[in-house]
Amino acid sequence: MLSTDTDILKTAEAWRREGRGVAIATVVETWGSAPRPVGSHLVIDGDTNFLGSVSGGCVEGAVITEALDVIADGKPRMIEFGVADETAWQVGLSCGGRIRVYVERLD
Amino acid sequence: MRLSLLSDLNAERAARRAAILVTDVASGEQRLVREAEVETDPLALELQDSLRRGKSGLVERDGRQFFLTVQSPPVRVVVIGAVHISQALAPMARGLDLDITIIDPRTAFATPERFPDVPLLAEWPDAVLPEIGIDRYTAVVALTHDPKIDDPALSASLKSECFYIGALGSRKTHERRVQRLIEAGFTQTDIARIHAPIGLDIGAVSPAEIAVSILAEIVASLRKERRRSA
Repeated sequence: MLSTDTDILKTAEAWRREGRGVAIATVVETWGSAPRPVGSHLVIDGDTNFLGSVSGGCVEGAVITEALDVIADGKPRMIEFGVADETAWQVGLSCGGRIRVYVERLD
Repeated sequence: MRLSLLSDLNAERAARRAAILVTDVASGEQRLVREAEVETDPLALELQDSLRRGKSGLVERDGRQFFLTVQSPPVRVVVIGAVHISQALAPMARGLDLDITIIDPRTAFATPERFPDVPLLAEWPDAVLPEIGIDRYTAVVALTHDPKIDDPALSASLKSECFYIGALGSRKTHERRVQRLIEAGFTQTDIARIHAPIGLDIGAVSPAEIAVSILAEIVASLRKERRRSA
């Protein structure tokens, strides 16, 4: 399956219609050199199937983990990644940029 | 996000209309603003600006932060000529999220067998282009070498706001084409919009390589402002 912007949001809609739990992650802000532009999406279902990207693969794992919580409790979250961030020991962007990602449940 | 909102957003994209999803970052409240509704929205100025730039981003109004997910209409490539290059180009264009339409009045060329799953019109370009509507999200690629077929498409494109026009043919072929377009009343500035010889100079030989060079040139035109050397 290709994963162009069109496919990603269409897939999110299709997954939800099948009754799956779905979260949409969106890059809302970037600083410095960020791998994916503002507006990029990653969509995740309750079984950690995912399509799209918010980085070059560096922080997707952490976003997917967060997405599972969002699917569970329905509360949107804003998460930030970057080398200067306190979570950098865990995951970070090797490119030296920073990104802010909004994760919301599709209801 | 409500499923109905996402569904509406996807419907706008499918209909090739711009739309903006407005998210109040603090509350999570959302609304979809369609292109036609932008002017009357409370955030009209911010929405118009992001729509013009085609860029998603955060804006602030009265101490509240909103994220604007800007969805421009998908970029479309109209290819004149159901030729060998077009057969290679069609699946590549799809991978780039480009909507492709192929036009060729020669019914021997424009067959579904040669173009499975590709929107194909076995019509003259001047008959169908007005219906398709060439807008600023459209690229026009003329590949038939035949002035009877290519020229009407080029004329229509030159009168439009399309962001890319390319025409296949040698420098000699293009010189004759320029002559014909001048006789048809176009200025040198108009004609300079046509990329000819078509495609980035990567020394392409095979139809697939030429398709890569054409698509690369289309992307380069689309992303002009991001290029390191323009």
